[in-house]
Amino acid sequence: MTVIDAPLEKLEAASETSRNELSNRWASMGALIIAVLWTVPTAGLLVTSFRPEDDINSSGWWNVITHPSFTFDNYKAVLGGSQYSLTDFFVNSFVITIPAVIIPISIATMAAYAFAWMSFPLKNTLFILIFALQIVPIQVTMIPLLKLYVDLGLAGNDAPGGGFYTIWLSHSVFALPLAIYLLHNFMMEIPGELVESARVDGAGHVQIFMRLIVPLMVPAIAAFAILQFLWVWNDLLVALVFGGGSLDISPLTVALANLSGTRGADWYLLSAGAFVSLVVPLAVFLGLQRFFVRGLLAGSVKG
Amino acid sequence: MSLGEKLLQAVIIIALFFAVVGVILVLTSKLRSRLGELIQSAAFLLPTILLLGVGLLYPAISTVRLSFRNNFDKLWIGFDNYKTIFTDSDLVRVLINTALWVIITPIVATFVGLIYAVLVDRSRFEKTAKALIFLPMAISLVGASIIWKFVYDDNTGILNAITDTFGLGRHHWLLSSPGNTLLLIVIFVWVQAGFATVVLSASIKAIPTDIVEAAKLDGVSGVRMFRYITVPSIRPTLIVVLTAITITTLKVFDIVRTVTGGNFKTSVLAYEFYVQSFRSANRGLGAALAVLIFVLVLPVVIYNVTQMRKVAR
Repeated sequence: MTVIDAPLEKLEAASETSRNELSNRWASMGALIIAVLWTVPTAGLLVTSFRPEDDINSSGWWNVITHPSFTFDNYKAVLGGSQYSLTDFFVNSFVITIPAVIIPISIATMAAYAFAWMSFPLKNTLFILIFALQIVPIQVTMIPLLKLYVDLGLAGNDAPGGGFYTIWLSHSVFALPLAIYLLHNFMMEIPGELVESARVDGAGHVQIFMRLIVPLMVPAIAAFAILQFLWVWNDLLVALVFGGGSLDISPLTVALANLSGTRGADWYLLSAGAFVSLVVPLAVFLGLQRFFVRGLLAGSVKG
Repeated sequence: MSLGEKLLQAVIIIALFFAVVGVILVLTSKLRSRLGELIQSAAFLLPTILLLGVGLLYPAISTVRLSFRNNFDKLWIGFDNYKTIFTDSDLVRVLINTALWVIITPIVATFVGLIYAVLVDRSRFEKTAKALIFLPMAISLVGASIIWKFVYDDNTGILNAITDTFGLGRHHWLLSSPGNTLLLIVIFVWVQAGFATVVLSASIKAIPTDIVEAAKLDGVSGVRMFRYITVPSIRPTLIVVLTAITITTLKVFDIVRTVTGGNFKTSVLAYEFYVQSFRSANRGLGAALAVLIFVLVLPVVIYNVTQMRKVAR
C-alpha cells in the first residue's frame, strides 16, 4: 500500500505546486497590469516635460520612441527668469508651508500635554468638543472666516505680512483638532510615573513639558509634521479662498491650476511645472514613508 | 513683495509665535499653588481655545445661520436656499454628479486596492509594487489632474491614441456628459487606490497564520481563499477604507476645478460651494451647500469612527 500511495501523494503535491505556479503567474500578470496602468500617466508627463515645445503641442509623448528629441528648455523656463517662471510660487509654497506646520504642531503639543497631565475644570467636555470638531468640513467655516479676516484687516496686499497671515491662520486652525487628538493619544503612552516622579522632585509643568515630554514626543511630532506638510503643500482650496486670488502670495498649486485652466501659449510648460511641484512631496514621501503611512489612516477623516 | 521679504515674513511669524508662547510659559512656570496650576492650564490651552473658537466653532455656527438667510445676508428666508439646491436644474445635476462620485470612487478604489494588495502580498517586489501605486497619494490633486489632462488631451493624449488604434475613433473626452464625470472620477480612483492598498495590505498581513494554514490543509486556495478567508477576515478594515474614501470624495474640489473648471456639467458639491460662495457671491446658497456637505459627511464619519475602534481592538 505505502509503495503505491507514496508516488500518488507526490503526484498530488506536484500538481498542487504547478497549480500554485500557474495562479502565481496569473497573479503576477494582474499585479503587473495594475502597476503599469498606475504608472503610465505619470511616466507620460515626465517624458513630456523633457520634450521641445513644438513636439508637445503636436504629438503624444510615446513618439519619443521613434523620434527621440529631448531638451531642458521647459525646466529652464519654469525655474529661470522667464515670464512664466514658477520660482516665485515655489518660494510662496515654502513661505506658506513652514509656519503652517510649525505653529499648529507647537500649539497642539501644548494642548495635548494639558489634556494628558494637567487638571482643570471641564477637561473631558473640552476634549470631546475638540475631538468632535475634527469632523467639521473646512467648507463650513470659510465664508464667515474670510469675512472675519477682512474685518480684522488681515486680508489683502496691504495687510501685515502681505496677506500671508490669513493662510497661515486658516491652516493652523484646520490642523488643530486632529493634531491634538493624535498627539494626545501618543502622550498617553508615556508612563505616568515618569511625570509623577518629576513632579515629586519639584519640577513644574513648564519644565516637565520642555525637558521631558517634548523630547519623548519627537517621533509622534515628526509623523504629524509630515502629514501636515503634505496637506499644506498640496492644498488648493485654502490658498484660493484666503489668498484672495492675489498671485503675490499664491502657492504652486494655484499657479499650476491657473496655467492648466487657460491652455494658452504657455500650456507646454505645464508638464515641467507640474513636475517641479511634485518633487518636494515625493522627496518627503520617499524619504519618510514609514511615518507617513502610520499617520495616514488616522488623518483620513480630517476636515 | 520680494522673495527675501516673503521669507523674512515667515521667519518673523515663527519668531513672534515662539516669543509670545515663551513669555507666557516663563511667566507661569513659577506658579505652584492650586490657582497656579489653573493659570498654567489656561496658558497651555489658550492658543488652542482661541484659534478653534474663533476660527472653527464660530464660523461653523455662523455658516449654519447664513444658510437660512438670503444671498446678501439681509433677510431670513427659511429653507429656500436648500429648496433651490434640490430644484434648480443645474444644482440637481451637481447632486447627481456628487452621487456618482460618492458611489463609484470608494467602491472601485477599494476594489482595485484590495485586489492589488492580495496579488503582491509576499511577492518579491512587494515593497516597490506598493510604493508605485501609493505615489499618487503624496502629490497634489492639482498635479494629479494635470497628469491626467495630458492623458485625456484631444490631440496628444494617449486615450485618443488608444481608441484610434482600436478603431473606436477620437473623441472630445472632457466635453460630453456624463462620460466626462466618469473620467474625472478615474483620476480620484487613481489617487485613492494606493491608500486602500497600503491600509488593506497591513490588514491582510495581520490575518492569523493558523486560519490560513487550516484553510490550506482543507484544500482551499486561490479565489476561494480570497472569498472565504481573506475578505471576511479584513471586513472591518474594508469598511474603514470605504468610509474614509467616501468622506474625502464628498469634499473633492481640486480635480473638477483643474480639469474642467466645472464646465460641461461636471460640477460637484464642494466645487459648487466654492463657485457660489466666492465667485458668484451667493453667500446664502454657498452656506447651504457647505451645510449639506457637512450633513452628508456626518453619518459616514460616525460610522467610520465606530468601525475604526473595532479595528484598533
